[in-house]
Formats: sequence, C-alpha cells, structure tokens
Amino acid sequence: MSAFDTIVHLVYLACATAFVIGLHLMNAPATARRGNQVSAAGMGLAILTTVVVLIEGGRINAYAAWALGLGTAGGAVAGLVAARVVRMTAMPQLVSLFNAVGGGAAALIALGEHPASTQAEVTGVLDVLIGALTFSGSLIASGKLAGRVPGRPIVVPYGRLISIALAVVAAVMAVLVVGFDGGAPALWGAAAAALAAGVLLTLPIGGADMPVVISLLNACTGTAVAMAGFVLESTPLIIAGALVGAAGAILTKLMADAMNRPISAIIAGGYGTGDAVAVAAGSGSAAVREITADDAAIQLAYAGRVVIVPGYGLAAAQAQHEAVALAQALTERGVEVSYAIHPVAGRMPGHMNVLLAEANAPYEQLADLEESNPGFPRTDVALVIGANDVTNPAARRPGNPVSGMPILDVDRAKSVIVIKRSLGHGYAGIDNELYADPRTAMLFADAKAGLGALLAGLSAYAG
Amino acid sequence: MSPLLLADLTVFTLGLLVGFEVISKVPATLHTPLMSGANAIHGVVLVGVMLLAATISTPAGYALLAVAAFFAAMNVAGGYVVTDRMLAMFRSRA
Repeated sequence: MSAFDTIVHLVYLACATAFVIGLHLMNAPATARRGNQVSAAGMGLAILTTVVVLIEGGRINAYAAWALGLGTAGGAVAGLVAARVVRMTAMPQLVSLFNAVGGGAAALIALGEHPASTQAEVTGVLDVLIGALTFSGSLIASGKLAGRVPGRPIVVPYGRLISIALAVVAAVMAVLVVGFDGGAPALWGAAAAALAAGVLLTLPIGGADMPVVISLLNACTGTAVAMAGFVLESTPLIIAGALVGAAGAILTKLMADAMNRPISAIIAGGYGTGDAVAVAAGSGSAAVREITADDAAIQLAYAGRVVIVPGYGLAAAQAQHEAVALAQALTERGVEVSYAIHPVAGRMPGHMNVLLAEANAPYEQLADLEESNPGFPRTDVALVIGANDVTNPAARRPGNPVSGMPILDVDRAKSVIVIKRSLGHGYAGIDNELYADPRTAMLFADAKAGLGALLAGLSAYAG
Repeated sequence: MSPLLLADLTVFTLGLLVGFEVISKVPATLHTPLMSGANAIHGVVLVGVMLLAATISTPAGYALLAVAAFFAAMNVAGGYVVTDRMLAMFRSRA
C-alpha cells in the first residue's frame, strides 16, 4: 500500500471516529449540538479527502467531474434551503425526505458500478433492493406526513398478492445478477420491483404508526449505505451505514414498544381503518363534564402542581408557543409545571420535545413516560392538550385495541382538564374512558384557541 | 470468502455494536435530533458517489451520477443544517 493510500485510510478512520464521538455527545442536551458539529466536521473531512483522492487518481474524466460537481451543488442548495425554511411541525416529512434521497443515492451507486466480484454482486443487489425500497417508501411516508398523500391507511386491492409477486420478481432478479451475470438489466429490474414494493408497503400504514415507520426506513437507509460501502470497498460508508442502521433499529424497537404492537403488525398496516373497532371498551355513552376556559384557568392558577400532556393535536394546531406561554405564566405564579411526553406523542420519535424546545420550554421540564407516571398521584391538575389514546385507562385492561400499550397515568391525578376539539376517537378508534371520569373536565376547543382562552382567563381572573 | 470481505464484515458488525452501545443511551428528548443527525451521517454516501464518478464514462452514466450526487448532497447538507437548527433550540433553564 502506497504512503498516499495509507494516509487516506487513516484520515477516513478519523472521520468514522468523529461520527461515533458525535453520536456519543448526543447523549445529553447540553452537548448534543457540539456532537452534531463534530460529526459534520468529520463529514467535511471525508468529502475533502475524497476530492484529493479523485484528483490524485486522475481517472475521473471531465464530463463525470461536471456531472458530479453540478449534481452536488444543486443538491446542497436544495438541502440547505429546505433545512432553513422548514417549520418545526413539518420536521418529520423533511427528515423522511432526506432519508429517501440518501437511500436513492445508495441504490444508484450499485446501479452505476460494474461489479467486479461475487461479493460486489451480492452486496450490490442488496444495496439496490434496500435502497430503492427505502427511497419510494420514505417518499410516500413524507407525502403522508405533509398531507400530500392521504394520511389514513390506503388499502390497495390485492395488495398482499402484488407484494408477494414483487418479492418473487426481486428474488429472481437477484439470482440472475449473482448466479447468471445478469448485470445491469437484472439490477434495474430488481430496483423497479423494490420501488413498487416500497410504495405498496407504506400506503396502508396509518398516521399514528409513522414514528415506527420512519425509524424503520432510517435503519434501512443505513443498511443500504453500508452495502454501497461493501460494493465500493469503502470503510467510511460501511461504518457510517452500520451506525445509522443501529440508530434506526433502536428507535424502531422503542417506538413499537411504546405502542405495544409488534413491528410485523405495523408493517401489515391497516390500523385505524375501523375493522378493529367492534370490541366494546365500555362507558361509551357516559356523560362528560364540560368546563369553561375561565373556570379552568382559575383551577390551574390555584393548583400546586400542574402536568401538561401534549399530543398530536397540539402539533397539528401549532399551539406549542401558547402551551409554553401558559406554563411560564403558571410558573411565575409559583405553580410547579412539567410536561409529560409519551414516546409516540408526535409523528416521529421525540417530535414533541423539539416543538416545545422551539417554544423555549427548558428541557429539564420535559419528562418521559417513566419519569412522569410516578408524579401523577401528587399532581393537582393534569392538562391534556390534543392527546387521546396515550391517556386511555382502557389500556390497562385486556380485550381492546389499546390493551397493553404503555399510557400516561393521567387518570391518577387529582383532577384532569382535557382540551380537545370534540369527543372524536383517536387512531385506535375507541372511546377514551378518561373523558367520562368524574374528575375530568372537557374544554372543547382547538388547542391554539383553547390555550389562548386559558391565558386570557388567567390574566383576567387570577392576575 | 475473501479476506477483504471478512475484514469488511468485521468492520460492519463492530460498527453495529458500537452504534447500539452509543445510541441506546440517548434520552427521549433528543430522539428527533438523533434521527436527523444519524440521517446526516448516512449522507457519507456522497463519498461513495464521488468514488463511483471515477469509473463512469457513458452519457447514461453521467446522468445517473448527477442524480446520485444531487440526492447525496441534499442528504448531507440539509441533514446537518436542520439538526443544528433543532439542537440550537434546546435550552436549559436560563
């Protein structure tokens, strides 16, 4: 190995180290930003080193250099603009979009490379299959999150049959590539089958399952990039791909556990179509107690301890600033305020925390499920904003669609105020028994308007 | 199995294990930036696209290369910037 190659390898090793250290620093909010910067510095170094390798090698022709340069410049601008203008509520669809293009690029690498060995053929096929599936799957997921594709589960006629057919086509193409030197046509065939499968697998998945799906797609992209690394014999791609694969796998498991649903059932899709609703969850038509915003404001103002439970309704109404303003007003009055955040409260893992951080909620006040639940019995008021299934006490009993799902023990607080637009069902499609609890009062309003009314009531009656 | 493939497999497996070890400690509060930051890391696929560029010499190849470069650059540039934007918002009690 020449001295130049040795140095290049060592620099790439340093870059991979930067990725690991960067991820390690993400273990705490105080160091996380520096972690991302360390990781970005490693990435910059890896790219610069590769530029030097290309120039030193001298094998790249002028057209390829132009294609590479123009493509990179265009992509960088598109990425930067999207990253700058995106609203925090739209974060899941943007992350999903970046995930899609990463998977697409990994698949294109294997499609453009002429495999020189059996190893390159096997990993190349895997790269194409996983990369193309993630590309189309993430695009559909992103479209669903952005509302461009209907978020409800879409049932494709004969979907299961078509999926099996696509899997067979993909397997045949893979055998052609590896065993019979099928080359580019077979690889493109595999890519087409995987693209179609990605669409077909993502369409039937409902909005509430999105945190699991985008975690899983993230893991797939990591794997695809690692496979591209095998094809190109490039260690940094293998390491980075493995790291991302691990991150996606962990988040997938955490999210699936938080919904108490096996990953296989989520992939099968159809949750929330209404076919699982026949089971009676009890107390369906029980009377609920309504409360005015002013009464609720007074109740909050004279509480000792308030826990705010935000759900997707808060994100959908863009009401994070109002929620934090209310929390601050209560804190100033001497009320102890914290937020209890369920792992699947948003549309991607940790989404709610980002929204509240945007609105300047200090991260010490953001508590997860395990931290929050022991505190509810000594909480005077639990303020539920646009959260539904994750607070349903029916989950503690067997025999209904939310059975066994870890919930926030909101019903154990001394009193509960729920801000919600109507008594409509959550994604599980069942009544929430919390609403019929005698200690629960309902404030029927959109999250933003309801919180605004609470703030106004607070300054008018409890000033 | 060639020695090269064995070496690559070793690196891949150890990478997975390191990933599990490091990432399982990340608190729920940071899961979105974690996913977005990990997303940016797989933008290293741009390095792969650059290495691929040295082997390409057909018009169809140039087109494929340009698309791949566009995708990868969007992934890496956007991923890091949006993660930084998010993490800048995480503040302690001032």
